[in-house]
Amino acid sequence: MHFEITDFIIDIVQNSCEAASKLVAVELHESAYYIDVLVRDDGKGMDDREIARSLDPFVTDRHKHPGRKVGLGLPFLKQAIDQSGGSFSLKSEKGKGTEVAFRFDRGQIDCPPLGDVSGLFLSILCLPGGQEMTIERTKTGLSYVLRKSELAEALGDLEHGSSLVLLKQYLRSQEEG
Amino acid sequence: MARMTLDELRALRESKRQDLARRDVEGKDIQIIVGMGTCGIAAGAKLTFDALVDSIQKHGLENKVLVRQTGCMGLCYVEPTVEVAVPGMPVVIYGKMTQDVAEELVQKHLVEHALLNNHIFDRPAVDIVAKASNASLGGAEGSALRESPKGGK
Repeated sequence: MHFEITDFIIDIVQNSCEAASKLVAVELHESAYYIDVLVRDDGKGMDDREIARSLDPFVTDRHKHPGRKVGLGLPFLKQAIDQSGGSFSLKSEKGKGTEVAFRFDRGQIDCPPLGDVSGLFLSILCLPGGQEMTIERTKTGLSYVLRKSELAEALGDLEHGSSLVLLKQYLRSQEEG
Repeated sequence: MARMTLDELRALRESKRQDLARRDVEGKDIQIIVGMGTCGIAAGAKLTFDALVDSIQKHGLENKVLVRQTGCMGLCYVEPTVEVAVPGMPVVIYGKMTQDVAEELVQKHLVEHALLNNHIFDRPAVDIVAKASNASLGGAEGSALRESPKGGK
């Protein structure tokens, strides 16, 4: 089970990046009461049967890991939400894309800690795959938008140590406002 | 700290580039790949990734190292896992590579070119290697170092 909300987000974003998508949109909104997250992609999507199966921890598509019998990303998230009284929605259409939206209730004692947000963005912006990614972030008194293509253009790439060091610095300055 | 703009980020990159010319020689770079599957994330791979970037900067290696992420390498029981490919050294997959060990990894493997004991877990497990000749691989438990195993990812 993941410890922090940012860990759940990486897991879901990674699914989107591996779903043959061209655009992955991530939103993270934080208020005094709730943490709202949205991850939307225009990748391969799922039909109704696959949607149901994706929430079963003992199911995986077996394409990525032939012979493996478990897939835990979405089930972990669903379980954490169920345990802490938040909300969760999963919409998907075959060939069109998938949208995962969830809310954690910060007033609930079982709500996981949010975790390091700039570290989350560093990690998801550097996930492999050529797709565009947009990140919308709001919290009290702060809001910013990140675009992977812009950052990659400004830095030259998103994998050299030198780019990552600067990207990290940039993301931290955005988060600190 | 005031929020940085994209233009400031570009300017910063330019100023750093003058200090040290980036080597664009393909195949000469050190490559570090962090396993960012569900298992890795649960074990703190995000913190490891972050710590590696810090450590690379600390040792002034940022112009020589590529840091990438991949999914699960099949060694879920020793996450976080990190694959390190230094030219002239065998490719090694390290396990139990939590953020506090990341610094040691950079110091030992990248700077001193020595291997890190007790963290070597060889190659991806057999169920990850798609077309593996299963009989000859002998599972993931062997920790004897072989030359460049490079499983499927």
